[in-house]
Parts: sequence; structure tokens; C-alpha cells
Amino acid sequence: MDFVQLIVSGLANGCVYGLIALGFVLIYKATEAVNFAQGDFMMIGAFVCLGLTNADFMGLNFWLAVPLAMVIMAALGYLFDWGVLRHMFGQSQVSIVILTIALGFILRFAAGTIWSHEPVSLETPFAGQDLRFGGVVLGIDEIAIIVVTVVLTGSLFVFFSKTKLGVAMQAASQNQLAAYYMGIPVKRIQSLVWALSGAVAAVAGILFASKGAIDPSSGLLGIKAFAAAAIGGFGSLPGALVGGLIIGLVEPLSARFAPDGFAGIARIAPYAILLIVLIFRPGGIFSQTQKKKV
Amino acid sequence: MRFVFKTSYDADIRWFRHGAQLFWYMLLLGLMLALPLYFMWTGNPYLLGEINRVLIFSIAGMGLMLLTGQTGLASLGHAAFMAMGCYANVLLLNAGLPWLIAFPLAGLLAGLFGTIIISPVMRLHGVYLALATLALSVLTGDIIDLLEPWTGGVSGIAVPDISIFGYVINKYSNPYAFYYIVLAVVIIVIMAYRNLLRSPTGRSFAAIRDSEVSAQAMGINLSRTKATSFFLSCAAAGLAGALFGHDATYITHETFDIVMSITLLLMIVIGGLGFIHGAFLGAMIVGLIPVLIANGRSMLQTSFDINLTIPGLESALFAAILIGFILFEPLGLYGRWLKMRTYFELFPFYRKDMFRRQKSYLKTERVQ
Repeated sequence: MDFVQLIVSGLANGCVYGLIALGFVLIYKATEAVNFAQGDFMMIGAFVCLGLTNADFMGLNFWLAVPLAMVIMAALGYLFDWGVLRHMFGQSQVSIVILTIALGFILRFAAGTIWSHEPVSLETPFAGQDLRFGGVVLGIDEIAIIVVTVVLTGSLFVFFSKTKLGVAMQAASQNQLAAYYMGIPVKRIQSLVWALSGAVAAVAGILFASKGAIDPSSGLLGIKAFAAAAIGGFGSLPGALVGGLIIGLVEPLSARFAPDGFAGIARIAPYAILLIVLIFRPGGIFSQTQKKKV
Repeated sequence: MRFVFKTSYDADIRWFRHGAQLFWYMLLLGLMLALPLYFMWTGNPYLLGEINRVLIFSIAGMGLMLLTGQTGLASLGHAAFMAMGCYANVLLLNAGLPWLIAFPLAGLLAGLFGTIIISPVMRLHGVYLALATLALSVLTGDIIDLLEPWTGGVSGIAVPDISIFGYVINKYSNPYAFYYIVLAVVIIVIMAYRNLLRSPTGRSFAAIRDSEVSAQAMGINLSRTKATSFFLSCAAAGLAGALFGHDATYITHETFDIVMSITLLLMIVIGGLGFIHGAFLGAMIVGLIPVLIANGRSMLQTSFDINLTIPGLESALFAAILIGFILFEPLGLYGRWLKMRTYFELFPFYRKDMFRRQKSYLKTERVQ
């Protein structure tokens, strides 16, 4: 029964990775840029919600604070794209990568200055409650994480493939010039995607902070999420979730079954899997890449 | 305005384009060679240590410049290759190899290590490379921990002195000799870099940077050329790492962290992507900023009684400067200098868009 709990908690962790990965797969899908600050967006989202709802700070109702945090993060994402990235339109990807990394450092500094560097945890209505199912004890928070993630991924998948806005986003990334000709406001679409990804990051952050404590350097978790997205295949929404789950499961299992004296293996295992996937299936599990044609 | 009238094809690949350029660079070389005399005269070699640091970082910067500025690939983990060079150098020295063999070998090993690690992602989109190197830079500390029997792990390892034919060079006992060693490596790396740019290999790097598709159409083997660029870049980083070890004299698993990788990137962007001068200008700025911050802090403390010690302020300031440069001066400090020079050379015919880069519309590589 111990094993089931390990699996469930691994799945819950994996869902958080998956959600962060989802946030930047969204951006990658619609703008071909990679947001290396997505982990820090997640961290800021958690802190915003925490600042709104925790008794030490504003003490709002949790169910009011969650949508508020999502709106604030969406605004932050929109503003970043509108204020900074729009000036970079049409320039090389390398500069955008560097920009988002720099943004991550600034966000980490801002969070540390506003909320201090001590780890704090989010006060949620379902904190500490268990679900006893025979011999298996599952935390409500873990189950909530899994449910929310699956629902969110599913709805985003439908959004991208069925709605007009979603298709416009895909078009904007497939061929910017052609999208312009079709009357799609590419720049505004890109800002909207950043807003959407900010909201997703807020959800990821809230789920992460409800499960454990959060501090400004938690944003570095984003790197595992990058590995998750690469395993799943960049640009695939279900792939991001699957990649996240794989990493979430591998971590506790490798820690548990590692031989003595090799405890550090758990920290390296996710990247080892990434390397294996990249060698044997370079495009990831749900590969979408093909050879570039002139 | 100077017109260089080229009468042969060799004029295109000469070391110096005209006599004045030769004069200024020789003057610079002479000044650098004579620099220790000044410190011998003042008798306080403290500043020389700072200069050494700047020179060492510009070697690593040139390595990264070759990759990012010349080939257009971003590496976020060059500190990891510096670490590889540093540890390889220490281990080879401890194994009893003479420094003159161990040092180049350390660069070679760092280059090989980088190429092997990176080869799986070389065939993929540039984003994967950024990602893989970022993961590598995060893992560096963990890997060094895991390899404790060789690297000393958390407790660290002492770096032996440089010894050339029995002549022992230590940063503390004879700083001037150490300075000359660093300077020699700098000059060798600059010469290698310049020579590379004049060669077909260097030209194919630039072709890949400007357009992968057209480079491929001209018969360039993409993955092999990228791997070559990565090898050379990592080798330079490894040499810089080995020198860094000699300068630090003691290294632990925390020496080469992600902040160092980002600092290297910051350096070349601030200095000017694609110019050798950029690596040096960037290294100077990066060396200068912490001093300025410390001075500003103590000034605020003494004259306004404001205690400004916010953790993380330094890296946030670095990041803000980086964003400012990318947005407003993508060519960096050296690009700014080129613009100013061109303005005066062409006065009054300078146009605002002379250095404007072509914009390109994105197309995805994915199928949906």
C-alpha cells in the first residue's frame, strides 16, 4: 500500500511539472519562443495567491483568491509580451531565450524582496485532509492536483483544436506572414497566449504551494518541466503532461530503489531519461518535428 | 574615412586591414606586456589579480562567443565546461603530468566532454540545445558531488601550482609570472579565433548563424559543423576553467554554478555578439559592476544612512542590464563603438538604419 501512495504522490508531482510544461508548450506552440521563466511565473503565481489568501497577508477567501491570482498572472504575462517581447518581433530566437532567462532572475529577486526568502505554504481549505480508501491513505490535495491538471490539459487541447482563437494561435506560429494575410492580428494573439500561459502558471503555482512550501528559488523547478516538455515532444499539449508524469514518477521510484550511497541518482534520473529519449526519439514521444523545407 | 584599396585576394583575409590597425594593436600588446612594471613600481599587485580575472573570463567569453556570436547557438551551461576543464587540469596535475601537457589536455577533454554530451541534441532545433545546456549547468554541482572520489565533492579540492621545467608559479608568490601565463593563453586563443574566422570552417559557422537552410543548401554538414563549433567553444571554456582554478587555488562543487553560466552569457551580450572585442569589453563590465555596487552601497550607507543589502540584488541588476542591452543595443558595447566611429567617419552622411538587422518572419518546423 506504501507503493500506491508513492505512485500517487509521484503522479501529483508530475502533474505540477506537467502544468508548468503546459505553460511553455502553449507559448512555444503559438510563438515559437520558449519561456525559460515559466518556472518563475509559477512561483510568482503561487506567491500572488498566497499574498491574497494567507491569514498573515490579505486573508481573502481562497475561492476568490484563485481567480484573482490567475487574472493578475495573465495580466503580467500580457504586459511582458506587450512591453518587452513585442519590440523583439522578428529577431533571433537566441535573444528571446536570453531575455526570458533574465526575466526569471528579476522575478526571483522581486519575490524574495516582497515575500522574503523563507519557505511558506499556501493555506487551502483542503490542506491536511486525507482520503482513507482501505489501507491506502491519499491526500485530498494530491487528488485535487491530478483532477485539475487532467481537466485543464483536456480543455486546453480542445481550445487549441476546436475554437477560432485556438486555431488562429496555431496559424500564427505555423507561418506568421501567411497568418497576417489571413487577417490574424499576430502580435495581439501572441500577447494573449502569454496571458493564457500566465494563468496556467498561476494554477500550477497554487497547486504546488498547496502541496508543500514555496520559496523564491522554487522557480528552478521549471528546468524539470523543460525536461518534461522535451520528453513529451515540444509543442504537444498531451505530450507535456505525459512527460511531466514520467518525470514525477521516476523521481520517487529511483530514490526508493537506488542502491545505497547513490541517493543523488534521483536528482539526475529525470535528465538521464531526457537524454535517452533525445537519443532514440529526438523529437520526443509525441514528435511533431519534420525536416525544414525551403 | 579610410579607403582600403584591395589589390589581391589576400587582402580580404589579412590579420590587420591597414597599418593604423596594426599600430594600435601592437601598442595595446606592448602596454599589456609592460603592465607588471607599473605594479612592481607601486608594489601592490592587488589590481593585477582583478585584471587576471577579467582576462580569464574573456577567454571563456571568447569560447562562448564562438558558439553564440559566430554559430548562433545559445549555451546556458558554459560554466559546466569550465568546471570540466578545471577538474581535468587538477586531476592530470595530481597524476604527475607536467603542466605544459596537462593544461592543453584539459582543454581538449573539456571540448570532447561537451561534444559528447551535446551530440544527441545537435540535430534538433536550437531551443533543445539551450535546454540541454541549462539542465547541465543545474546538474554540475550534483555531478561533482556524485564523483566525490575524484573531485572532492562538497569539501572541494586544492589546485596544485603551475610548474614549467621546475620553475614553480603560484598566484601569491609570483603574481607577475602568473599574469604572463594568462596573457599568453589569451593571445593564443585570440590568434586561434582570428585564424578560424578566416578559414572555411569559420565562414561555415557564420553561414549557419545567418540561415541554416541556406547553409545546408551550400553543402555545409550542419550537425558536424555545429559539433566542431561546440568542441572549440568548450575547449576554450575548459582552458579558461583550468586557469580559473589556478587563480582560485581551491575549488568546490559550488564554484561553477548556474550564475556563472548566465554571467558568461551576459558578458558576451553586453560586449557585443560576434566580436572578439565584445568578449573583453563584456568581461571588463562584468568585473566592474560588483565593485560599483559595493561602492554605491557603502556610499549610501555613509552619506544617507541607508542600509541596502538585499539578497539577489546583484543578479537582478545583471538581468536588468541584460534586458536593456537586448532591447536597446543588440550589438552591445562594441556595436555602439562601431556606430559612433562610423558616424564620425561618414559625417554628415550617417543614416540611422545603417546597422539595422533584417527581420524575419517565423515559420514552424512542426507538423500539426
